[in-house]
Amino acid sequence: MRADDVLYPTEAGLYCAPGDFHIDPVRPVPRALITHGHGDHARAGHGSVLATRQTLEIMAIRYGEDFCDRRQVADGPVEVNGVRVSFHPAGHVLGSAQIRVAAPGAPVIVVSGDYCRTPNPVCAPWEPVACDVFVTEATFGLPVFKHPDPAAETRRLLASMAEFPDRAHLVGAYALGKAQRVIALLRQAGHDRPIHLHGAVQRLTDYHVAQGVELGDLRPATTAGEIEGQVVIAPPSAFASPWVQRFRDPVICFASGWMAVRARARQRGVELPLIVSDHVDWPQLTGTLQELRPDEVWVTHGREEALVRWCELNQLRARPLRLVGYEDEAE
Amino acid sequence: MKRFAALLERLAFTPSRNAKLQILRHYLERTPDPDRGYALAALTGDLKLRAVTPSLLRRLVAERFDAELFALSYDFVGDLAETIALIWDGTPQGDLSLAEAVQILETTGKAGLPAAIARVLDRLGPSERLAFLKLATGNLRIGLSARLARTALAGMGAPDIADIEEIWHGLTPPYAEVFDWIAGGPRPAHAARAPFRPVMLSTPVDLDDLRGLDPADHVAEWKWDGIRVQAVSDGGVRRLYSRTGEDVSGAFPDVIAEMNFEGAVDGELLVRRAGEVASFNELQQRLNRKTVSRAMLGSHPAGLRVYDLLIWGGEDLRSRPLMDRRAVLEAADFGSDRIDVSALLAFDGWDDLAALRADPPAAVIEGVMIKRRDSPYVGGRPRGPWFKWKRDPRVVDAVLMYAQRGHGKRSGFYSDFTFGLWADDQLVPVGKAYFGFTDEELRQLDRFVRSNTTERFGPVRAVAPKLVLEVAFEGVNRSTRHKSGVALRFPRISLIRWDKPVEEADRLVTLEAMIEGEDAARPGTRHGRARRRGTEAPVADPDEGGA
Repeated sequence: MRADDVLYPTEAGLYCAPGDFHIDPVRPVPRALITHGHGDHARAGHGSVLATRQTLEIMAIRYGEDFCDRRQVADGPVEVNGVRVSFHPAGHVLGSAQIRVAAPGAPVIVVSGDYCRTPNPVCAPWEPVACDVFVTEATFGLPVFKHPDPAAETRRLLASMAEFPDRAHLVGAYALGKAQRVIALLRQAGHDRPIHLHGAVQRLTDYHVAQGVELGDLRPATTAGEIEGQVVIAPPSAFASPWVQRFRDPVICFASGWMAVRARARQRGVELPLIVSDHVDWPQLTGTLQELRPDEVWVTHGREEALVRWCELNQLRARPLRLVGYEDEAE
Repeated sequence: MKRFAALLERLAFTPSRNAKLQILRHYLERTPDPDRGYALAALTGDLKLRAVTPSLLRRLVAERFDAELFALSYDFVGDLAETIALIWDGTPQGDLSLAEAVQILETTGKAGLPAAIARVLDRLGPSERLAFLKLATGNLRIGLSARLARTALAGMGAPDIADIEEIWHGLTPPYAEVFDWIAGGPRPAHAARAPFRPVMLSTPVDLDDLRGLDPADHVAEWKWDGIRVQAVSDGGVRRLYSRTGEDVSGAFPDVIAEMNFEGAVDGELLVRRAGEVASFNELQQRLNRKTVSRAMLGSHPAGLRVYDLLIWGGEDLRSRPLMDRRAVLEAADFGSDRIDVSALLAFDGWDDLAALRADPPAAVIEGVMIKRRDSPYVGGRPRGPWFKWKRDPRVVDAVLMYAQRGHGKRSGFYSDFTFGLWADDQLVPVGKAYFGFTDEELRQLDRFVRSNTTERFGPVRAVAPKLVLEVAFEGVNRSTRHKSGVALRFPRISLIRWDKPVEEADRLVTLEAMIEGEDAARPGTRHGRARRRGTEAPVADPDEGGA
């Protein structure tokens, strides 16, 4: 069986025909395998869901306990209709995994989901998994994306807090993964004052703490007087809501890989862009392909054109899958 | 380069003037000479380096990168220098001082420049690469005025802004003597002839305020809507300065040529034809040019109307009373038909003056100036001796079309409003206003925007056409840059017309009539309309923005 017959894109997402399951489907399907808990990859309403324990628990927090009919924890290799699947850490967010798909007599395919190779204090590191076909994202698939050391970005945040000690620093960070990573980075940099949380990041942060991630003194961002001059973590969408109006003269910060591009930061009205990404940057992305040297590279979403061009220049067979439904901004 | 790069980055993203000042002051306090001086000059556009061209940079990139990958990257990033700074594979080694970077750009020959730039890029990190490339292309795009830079200097030590402005001209980067002075060293001597001296400014006034003053103690003259300048002619050196001390001589060679006097005078730059003063819009076309074409000099001849004398006949007149200076001014012979003296207005009481103000002889008059007869010439804006009593603003009733979120103290509030007028049955946007309303009104407008949003584009929301805003402004110009073909000067929201149906908002033709019809009956002035609240919310002064 050829790799194309094992796994191919459909309207609902990547479909494995011999195993009769979808990976990260964007529509409700009878059987879904989920790489990680971000909303564009993990949706509610499937029949059965196979994912890591943490991804399942995160989905339950986000969508309620009835987010699917049946849950199955990926714990070691599993057979799904005769296709052997296994989950391996992706280093993206808590619970994130790459999914290895081995159908009998077919090339081994690894669907990496979103992944990151920079050490991240809030999740397990990415592991290389040998494969014939590597299915990769290309969110930051342009040679301009070289994410700086997150510790250096954290120091820039602390420097701004020293420069403007009376102004609250509101850090926009996605509720799953980035929010907790920014907190952990601040703790690693020695910031031991309380960090305040917008309500929308509270539950997922509590979950990280329950999973043993040390995040220090966390408080809700409620009382106006208490939060002046403090760090407040909020989902980026909060900056468009009247919630921001409680702060007198805040410094609006945003932690995202997109902040490397000034026009992006300006467009969002960010005063302090922090380049912190949970995705591979260009050197990591191309380095991973060099390291794995698969027979073929399939590109799911992002800047696939540039990555395919790089593969061509480096004698790697590659093609874009043109999957729809994954958000560019899901960083 | 690291500190300079961090400074550029913070300034580029910081909207608030005060925060910018603080960031710049801290940088200047913590950075040694000569780097801080070069940084200051680079920010204000006073660092004259040979500009590296975009085509040189493109060639540099073509040697190192796949054309297709670069094109895709440039397309995404949208800025050539930024794309190169990001894509370059450098290995940061130590740091390069700003002075070293300046020296490389100043001393490297044309043939060696590409290789020299590549060597610098190889040893810097991405932010520093961007800072270096911006410096090399002479395009910092920070939008920091020389005035703001000098204000930051004034925040560092004893010399105040007027002191600094007075010694500034003739100094060259890296300004070591200025920093030495700020740290307690000697005051730098006037290094050049024809220096700038701090300009005396006025405060706004209305009829109620004037009732408390004795008309006999004051003189009045027209307030001309041109550009307030200081014209200095000193031992063969002639300069025209804006009132914030920017040298604008280059744009007005015709005026410079006529300055056959020795002294420093305070006046208004105007475009004049056959004795008639043209509109500010015509003068504006002469601005911001390094050189002026012969055709422009012919079609838009500039001249000077003198208000006051600072230095004359080798004597500093500033400490003498206004009427003494005025006597010298009226006796002076400028020997040019392009330079004349602003006449005093004859009036007995404030009601007389009010009548004159209501019916000025020319459209380009924007009110009256009132000055105490005994006032010395004091730089800055002392409260009291000089007043401006501007004409009533013009108004139109416009429809709110778009709103954008504000920054800083207005974070989370939709506070920048784009408004439009009717043309046929379409609304055409004619301007943007972000003040004129009270805090409570801002909250009401914010609520209105949120509950009437039809579309979102990033920080901007399109709003259903339901709300009429009375917009006050100082004048209308033709504009090729705006879709509507008109541009408002200093628009602000004077009244929120919750009561008025949008169909009854004004039409674009009403505004267009105000361009030509400056002399007409002024149909839409604020004065004639019923006031809906006692006082307009405090607004910034249009004169503050500089020309």
